[in-house]
Amino acid sequence: MADDDDDVIIRVRGLKTSFGEQVIHDDLDLDVHKGEILGVVGGSGTGKSVLMRAIVGLQTPDAGEITVFGEPTIGREETEAVEIRKRWGVLFQGGALFSTLTVAENVQVPIREFYPQIDQGLLDQIAAYKVVMSGLPADAGPKFPAELSGGMKKRAGVARALALDPELLFLDEPTAGLDPIGAAAFDELIASLQKTLGLTVFLITHDLDTLYAICDRVAVLADKRVIGVGTIPELLAMDHPWIQEYFNGPRGRAATATLERDRERQKAGTKD
Amino acid sequence: MSAMADFSGEDAGALRFSGSLTLAGLGDLADRLRDYDGDAKTIDLSGIDHIDTVGAWVIHRFAEDSGATVEGLGPDAQHLLEQVSKADEPVAVRPDYDSSFKRVLGEIGEAVTESARTLYGLLGFLGGTTLAFIHVARHPSRFRFNATVHRFEVVGVSALGIIGLMSFLIGIVIAQQGAVQLRQFGAEAFTINLVGRITLRELGVLMTAIMVAGRSGSAFAAQLGTMKLTEEIDAMRTIGVSPMEALVLPRTLATVILMPLLGFYSSLVAIIGGGLLCWASLGIPPITFIERIREVVPITDLYVGLVKAPVFGAIIGIAGCFQGMQVESDAEQVGLRTTAAVVQAIFLVIVLDAFFAVFFTWIGWI
Repeated sequence: MADDDDDVIIRVRGLKTSFGEQVIHDDLDLDVHKGEILGVVGGSGTGKSVLMRAIVGLQTPDAGEITVFGEPTIGREETEAVEIRKRWGVLFQGGALFSTLTVAENVQVPIREFYPQIDQGLLDQIAAYKVVMSGLPADAGPKFPAELSGGMKKRAGVARALALDPELLFLDEPTAGLDPIGAAAFDELIASLQKTLGLTVFLITHDLDTLYAICDRVAVLADKRVIGVGTIPELLAMDHPWIQEYFNGPRGRAATATLERDRERQKAGTKD
Repeated sequence: MSAMADFSGEDAGALRFSGSLTLAGLGDLADRLRDYDGDAKTIDLSGIDHIDTVGAWVIHRFAEDSGATVEGLGPDAQHLLEQVSKADEPVAVRPDYDSSFKRVLGEIGEAVTESARTLYGLLGFLGGTTLAFIHVARHPSRFRFNATVHRFEVVGVSALGIIGLMSFLIGIVIAQQGAVQLRQFGAEAFTINLVGRITLRELGVLMTAIMVAGRSGSAFAAQLGTMKLTEEIDAMRTIGVSPMEALVLPRTLATVILMPLLGFYSSLVAIIGGGLLCWASLGIPPITFIERIREVVPITDLYVGLVKAPVFGAIIGIAGCFQGMQVESDAEQVGLRTTAAVVQAIFLVIVLDAFFAVFFTWIGWI
């Protein structure tokens, strides 16, 4: 991907955030390009979620610039910020579904908020196909979040995040707490939605399989900065100890092995 | 922004769409399509600017209903339309509801069984708390001294200000109203009897109970409810810590022990308030007021208040903890259970107060 400006959806420059004495980010730079799935990794406590919260405007940084779709997100008037919010969807770690509404009603909330003129019949239809598209069974629509399993909550969260057909999707550890089969299905869902809708995805994860399976590029957070951005082979070429430890540790090697096995199987499949 | 979505019918049943087929650009297109009664054989989408899933959905529905074929889409948009068509399954948005009559009957039935179940559960919880108390009394080393003392502070010491202010004002109001009414009979001196007896016997403890239920009973329910939600209580159980001993007992003991103290304090402050008003508006000097109080208020009035207070405290503590422990599943329940804890505690306190009034009259403490 070239470095021209039209291409950049999220631009973070010189970001500094801290909680009291504890500095989380110091002079952090990051670009997210249009149409890519960017994986964000880093050890626990390196501020991955804080970075996402800063980008979506839930956390005011001490210094630095953040632009999304070319518009600054820091210190905006609420009325102006709303225009940007229409264009993104956010999936929080626990799903953050509204517990008093059914799954389908949860999906309708953003549409109702931004497009009150849409009539109830179409609204119900939209909620229905979004629920199915997110990989939920059709009978999940009238259920309340408390009746859903962890994986279904995340899918419902994705359905709500996609309610407005956003251009940009933020996912905070979408596969954490899912079983491997559920996690793989979730990866596929994200990849297929990304292809269908042309999404740009900002994906925070600890899951190496997810990184290998669907991420176009990976950004590594360590030492309060982004120490490397690129494809996994590009990152492996860097000799930062954390990156080496991360990708070449026992779990990293297992994920690489799985990927290679899959590729060989695909090759064998094409030969037949 | 690009143009709003629009369509025009041409000859031979070809419908030509233009503009932006997106959530933002849709306008009333869906309605107009529904009302379109012309013959449609093909849907030509080559003239549109954008299409998103909502646009694709509207086209998909129209194509399904009219049997028309869709033409003129690029590969990406075609893929989008296919994905959306694949997601066309009947999905209910809300749970099914019965007819209103049936629902009202059902709700009444549920409310009745729920109250019965709550009363039963509350009795069980009272039993559980008593058992925990006996257990701790047998093994004093298990007693959570620090937790209990901390509750004393939260329930008692922090409440002194608000209970004092409330009681002072109530004392003034009673004395003032009493003075106005009794003056009609030239009996304003009896204001002292009124203030002294009603605060020590009834109002001091009752108002304190209501305040403690609102301050601490609700806090107990919300705390325990949130701990239930975050699985803290389950974690305690697996570690082998009994939530009854660690959470419920310190809270219940705090309300049981502190209610008499707070009630007594409240009565005293109310009497001081009444005394000040008597001094200011009836010209009764404080020294006379205190002497009169000693003459007209029998010591049994104090006993009446002090006997009731710990019982009220137990009700408040147990109702709060019981409701908190009933929370399951979601945040809304924490709110509902907190409300239930306060309402139940105040209701039971007032019902019991009536029984106490009859009982004390019966044994001659008039």
